[in-house]
Amino acid sequence: MNGAWKRIARTVAAGYLALGALAYAAAPDMPRYRFENFTTANGLPDNHVYSVLVDGNRIWAGTDNGLGLYENGKWKTYTTKDGLAHRAVLSLALDKRTGDVWAGTMAGLSRISGGRIDTYTQLNSGLSNDVVYGVSVEGENVWVATAAGASKLNLHTNQWSLYNERNTPMNEIWVYGVSATPTKVYYAVWGSGLLEYDQKTGRWDKYDDPDGETEMVLFKDQGLIHEITTSVSYVDNVAWVATYFGDSRYDGRYWHNFLTKDSGLPSNFTNVVKGVDANRAWFGTDKGLAYYDGTSWAVYRPSPATGKPEMTVRDAQGHVTAVLVTSAPAHHYILNIDFQGSDIWVATAHGLSHGIHER
Amino acid sequence: MTERAQIRLRLGVVAGLAAAAAVCFAIALANGRAARAAVQGVTGEVLTYSSPVEMLFSPDGARLYVLCQGTDEVRVLDASTYAEIKKIRVGHIPRGFSFSPDGARMFVANTWDDTISVIGTKALEVSATWPVGAEPSNVVEDRAGKFLFVANRISNDVAVLDAQTGEELKRLAAGRGASYITPSPDGARLYVTHVYPNPGAHRTPPESEITVIDAARAVVIDRIPLHGIAHGFHVAFSADGRLGVLAELHPKNLVPLAHLEHSGAFADTLMLFGADVGTKPVEVPLDELERYVARPFGVAIAPDKSRVYVSSEGSEIVTVIDVARLLRFVHAHPEPSAQDLSASANYVVARINVGHDPRGVLMARDGRHVFVANRLDDSISVIDAQSNRVASTVPLEGAKQISVLRHGEQTFYTARYSFQGQIACANCHIDSTFDGLTWDLEPDGFGRDIVDNRPIEDLVGTEPYKWNGGNPNLPTECGPRTEKYFWRSENYDDLTLTDLVTYVRHIPSRPNRWRQPGGELTPAQDRGKAVFERAVDKFGNAIPEANRCSFCHSGPKGTSQKSFDVGTRKATDNSGLLDTPQLTNIALSSPYLHDGSAATLEEIWTVFNPEDKHGRTNDLTKDELNDLIEYLRTR
Repeated sequence: MNGAWKRIARTVAAGYLALGALAYAAAPDMPRYRFENFTTANGLPDNHVYSVLVDGNRIWAGTDNGLGLYENGKWKTYTTKDGLAHRAVLSLALDKRTGDVWAGTMAGLSRISGGRIDTYTQLNSGLSNDVVYGVSVEGENVWVATAAGASKLNLHTNQWSLYNERNTPMNEIWVYGVSATPTKVYYAVWGSGLLEYDQKTGRWDKYDDPDGETEMVLFKDQGLIHEITTSVSYVDNVAWVATYFGDSRYDGRYWHNFLTKDSGLPSNFTNVVKGVDANRAWFGTDKGLAYYDGTSWAVYRPSPATGKPEMTVRDAQGHVTAVLVTSAPAHHYILNIDFQGSDIWVATAHGLSHGIHER
Repeated sequence: MTERAQIRLRLGVVAGLAAAAAVCFAIALANGRAARAAVQGVTGEVLTYSSPVEMLFSPDGARLYVLCQGTDEVRVLDASTYAEIKKIRVGHIPRGFSFSPDGARMFVANTWDDTISVIGTKALEVSATWPVGAEPSNVVEDRAGKFLFVANRISNDVAVLDAQTGEELKRLAAGRGASYITPSPDGARLYVTHVYPNPGAHRTPPESEITVIDAARAVVIDRIPLHGIAHGFHVAFSADGRLGVLAELHPKNLVPLAHLEHSGAFADTLMLFGADVGTKPVEVPLDELERYVARPFGVAIAPDKSRVYVSSEGSEIVTVIDVARLLRFVHAHPEPSAQDLSASANYVVARINVGHDPRGVLMARDGRHVFVANRLDDSISVIDAQSNRVASTVPLEGAKQISVLRHGEQTFYTARYSFQGQIACANCHIDSTFDGLTWDLEPDGFGRDIVDNRPIEDLVGTEPYKWNGGNPNLPTECGPRTEKYFWRSENYDDLTLTDLVTYVRHIPSRPNRWRQPGGELTPAQDRGKAVFERAVDKFGNAIPEANRCSFCHSGPKGTSQKSFDVGTRKATDNSGLLDTPQLTNIALSSPYLHDGSAATLEEIWTVFNPEDKHGRTNDLTKDELNDLIEYLRTR
């Protein structure tokens, strides 16, 4: 490279840096991450990652071809030969009291405990259906979302309770997600809105889209944004709800809806939501990973067009700013999210990503 | 009456009296006792037996605590004179006990009460009784005094309690039949063993495990697999923590049991693990050619790690093993040797006869004596560790007269009647229950007529016996059949058989853990009962009487005592006509069906009832089937 070209390159680079610094200075202070991505090239069982679960320093990845455990820098894979119900692991949950991991698969529910895998299916147990989209552990109960209703396994009595259209307000039984806490249990029912179970009273309640089953939004912030719910996360008495047509926040009294047209969501098509607290949440969409801090939004993704890392920040006034970043989640199609302190782990359609918090 | 008739009558009376006298004489000779009674002595008193199962020394070594299962007591003895200091009443049928690390408290696991008794060792009184569940069999406190760990045999878990309040904090998934807990010498880990095999695929070798718990965090951190092992009992560690020894049973249930004289029905083995043996556990046999050591149970290791002492319930002996020779053998023979009847000669240095059904083994701190609790002799054998001889036998207070039931129980547990002393009834009926295995019993070819081992609780009114209903009563079941197929050796005398049958007839049913205290049913159980009793299916069609659950499983025990073909015959079965099994405590006795092919109650109908021959069930929804199972668990 001759001297003239070097000068030009230096000038361009300095310009980019200045632009980046300016952009950063102007945008809200949203968290920055350096993403380390895992694929089959470095030991992940499969690149299609449905679910991710953080257990201290151990990371579990539910993939399309086995359950991966990342520990001490190495991947170990559990398969059906080890007793896993099915190769495709759709959901994961940790029993924080015992350290047991529950894995929802395409052919049953498996418990991984001290290296032993026990499997519950619709044939050998009271599980309502073998396709287990969601699982959540609270106290002595394992709450399960399946393709044919919801189930609860009491670990003390080994008794199964089934919840379906006959004993709950559920009018569809395709249950996609579950979030269980000591006070409330929420089920995201695909086509049937949000189902709420009160642990104290044993009463079921149902939240629907006030606009009915249409894609139109006639009553914004008046209820659930859409009936086709995919994920729910209940934290600090607030339910964060994802649908394929936008997302919602419900504090027990008021609803707030999020759509691409009036929020920082990169897409209304949301696979997963995970609340940090009552005001902050992460959203996994088909067009990237989004973070909402109660006021502003940040989106992290490889550009769907170019594949290059992108981060954008949207402030409360709707101003969008690009932030110069050098890494992004492995893919823009986000399927699952979990937290490791201030770090984030992201399951995508093409790899698992570790977002290492930088500032 | 004619003269001839009177003569016949007189002769008959004389003959009858002579026969009765002969029987009485035979009884006295055979049993060395003045009278025969089921549970009462000559003066009508109820005969109770202490039935010691475990022992502990107080931390200062001054007292010997004996856990007496028969009288529901902890007995406190002076460790020097063995004089009794106190009896402390605990819950029903205690199975395990331990001290708190500071020795101030003792915890007792009461199996039938589902409780833990907390004893203050200063006052020697029960200070608290804490509920746990189900069938707590052993209890250990962690070194920090924070957690109490309880092995629950029926619920297959380890309950973690707050050690100060008894509040249950959580349960850890253990193996099936979690029963014994042993802390590592440093207390950092707890090792849990199991008396039943883990659920597994049909007709595959049994698998058990040692569940390893991090005591400080109260989580399961490892499971040591025990390949081929169905029943694990006590574990002992060397003082340096480098050698762990588990007493266990290795059944050969995949080959015909009738081949007892060829290779044995069980290998009686030890599993060695720890740094001394390497990264993988190593199984070593205790049996030797023509002499078996049936059902190893208790283990103790000398303080200097020179010897291992193992009690064998059925053989009524303690085996003494030279540790150095054992480790040399293990390192020189890395290949599997569990079936090698010549192996034990390399490391067994003595076999010491003790009492009936020896259970817990306790080593004195100075290593000079080994104590063995003889459950069915109500005594403690004190073995001199130098001479390997019983130095003394300490009798425990209780009935000295042996009742019919007691003799029957001794017969049930001893292996002395079987070929080479290989097995006893209790080999397959662990603690008078069952074993969770399927067996190839008949000599009709390998893999033919596989049978599930059914529980033997509360058997009266459930005859005939065997899955094919071939044995009309218990004397036939326990007598000729047992002698032919199992013992292949000595037959019982008539009185012994009578006593054995009496004992088996009196084995009670364990408390049902699914029934509500008042007997009422939960809503799910109630709905299930309606399914069980229904006469019309969900489409309004009448269900033929013979195709209703309540027809074959009728009566208080859930059996009509008749045989039916319920469509479960396999290609390897000689017949599809099967005796209707009783439903008593059915929830405990998986696997199910005559050949154990159904791993769970659900599979009886979801997998093995495609044509509704085993009751009309295919019209049921999943939740209705769940209700039916909830009801069955209450039976």
